[in-house]
Amino acid sequence: MREQDRLAHFEQAALPHLDAAYNLARWLIRNDQDAEDVVQDAYLRAFRFFDGFHGGDSRAWLLAIVRNTCYTWLRQKRAHDVTSPFDEEIHGAAYDTFNPERLALQSADNQLLREALEDLPVEFREVIILRELEGLSYKEIADVGDMPPGTVMSRLARGRKRLQRFLATRMSKEL
Amino acid sequence: MICQETRDLINAYVDGELDLVGNLEIEQHLQECSACSQIYRNQQALRAAISGGSLYYRSPANLQKRIQSAVRKSSKSGPAHRTVAWPWAAIAAALVVVIVTAFGLARLQSTPSATPLVTDDPLTQEVIASHVRSLMANHLTDVPSSDQHTVKPWFNGKLDFSPQVEDLAGQGFPLVGGRLDYIDNRPVAALIYGRNKHYINLFIWPVTGERDMATTTATHRGYHVFHWTRSGMTYWAVSDVNSSDLEEFVQLVQGRDTRTASP
Repeated sequence: MREQDRLAHFEQAALPHLDAAYNLARWLIRNDQDAEDVVQDAYLRAFRFFDGFHGGDSRAWLLAIVRNTCYTWLRQKRAHDVTSPFDEEIHGAAYDTFNPERLALQSADNQLLREALEDLPVEFREVIILRELEGLSYKEIADVGDMPPGTVMSRLARGRKRLQRFLATRMSKEL
Repeated sequence: MICQETRDLINAYVDGELDLVGNLEIEQHLQECSACSQIYRNQQALRAAISGGSLYYRSPANLQKRIQSAVRKSSKSGPAHRTVAWPWAAIAAALVVVIVTAFGLARLQSTPSATPLVTDDPLTQEVIASHVRSLMANHLTDVPSSDQHTVKPWFNGKLDFSPQVEDLAGQGFPLVGGRLDYIDNRPVAALIYGRNKHYINLFIWPVTGERDMATTTATHRGYHVFHWTRSGMTYWAVSDVNSSDLEEFVQLVQGRDTRTASP
């Protein structure tokens, strides 16, 4: 393939997914400026490996590279919170008091929800972002995250449970 | 359907990932069970709050321009990495670079610039595809073990030959395990070695009527391939580690064979 064609094909395949790429990176990195740098780095990598893309789902292909680039960045910054301890006692106490009606009222300013998501360990956060904000199916998330679909389901389940506990705890404090 | 089953599947249900029968079973249970149906409503409320909460970060206005110019810049200096700019070009001059035009047929080249030719070789493609598949399908090893005395006997009875297995952890390439693979219409041994976060697949199988063949190499889609034939066995090493690391690995394996072959 001529270099000019290769570049054109790449831009056609990858640039339409820039919002998806940035949204994922921004949620994993949790910081505007670094997320921009990571996304740019991911696009450069994607371009380098573009010959390995054989058509098909260019969004999943690109997001997989973005995710890997994010993890590399997180590891380098030692901010990798995959194994961050989660205090089931504190977060778990008020699980039953989770009140969706109140959540609906509170979501007006989003702040609490945003905090709850940012508080999640990254492996739960990423599946929730990809599912709820990007609308990806289990299979697509499995492709992006290089994990079996069963893992996608169990991480979504655990992530949502943690979110509910976090929200319930915070709401009960504000009562 | 009982509550526990429903709660296990409630996430797949709200995500629309269940089949028709699964959906019907859950729906029926939700009508009968108020506790489960409360959990379902909570899930729905949480989902609605997240997806309707304007939590999506759109990319900043200047980012696309910035990326386009960075990619174009790398494109101008880029073609080199796919053809001639080998990081170990100096070594390559000493190393005899052989291009495989067809399996078993080698053509000598004095420069590595024609290397991409090798990627047309169907066997090279097959070996790379097998490496990629082993990483994607979560089927890297059949026998995960860093112990060569576990991995080597595992192949007994599965193959009509016995591959040399040696842990190279001391040299920075720990043995990860072994796998039975199928290449070139025959079962072959795959030994998996680690290098930092990367994996190397070393495919081994016997070839008849072929004389020893010097090391040939290729790079395709970010994967490096080294291939040689010695003492009736053919070897393919594939990885996405940088090519100088893979070359070091290949030299270790070849040195190992020399050691084991000597009395």
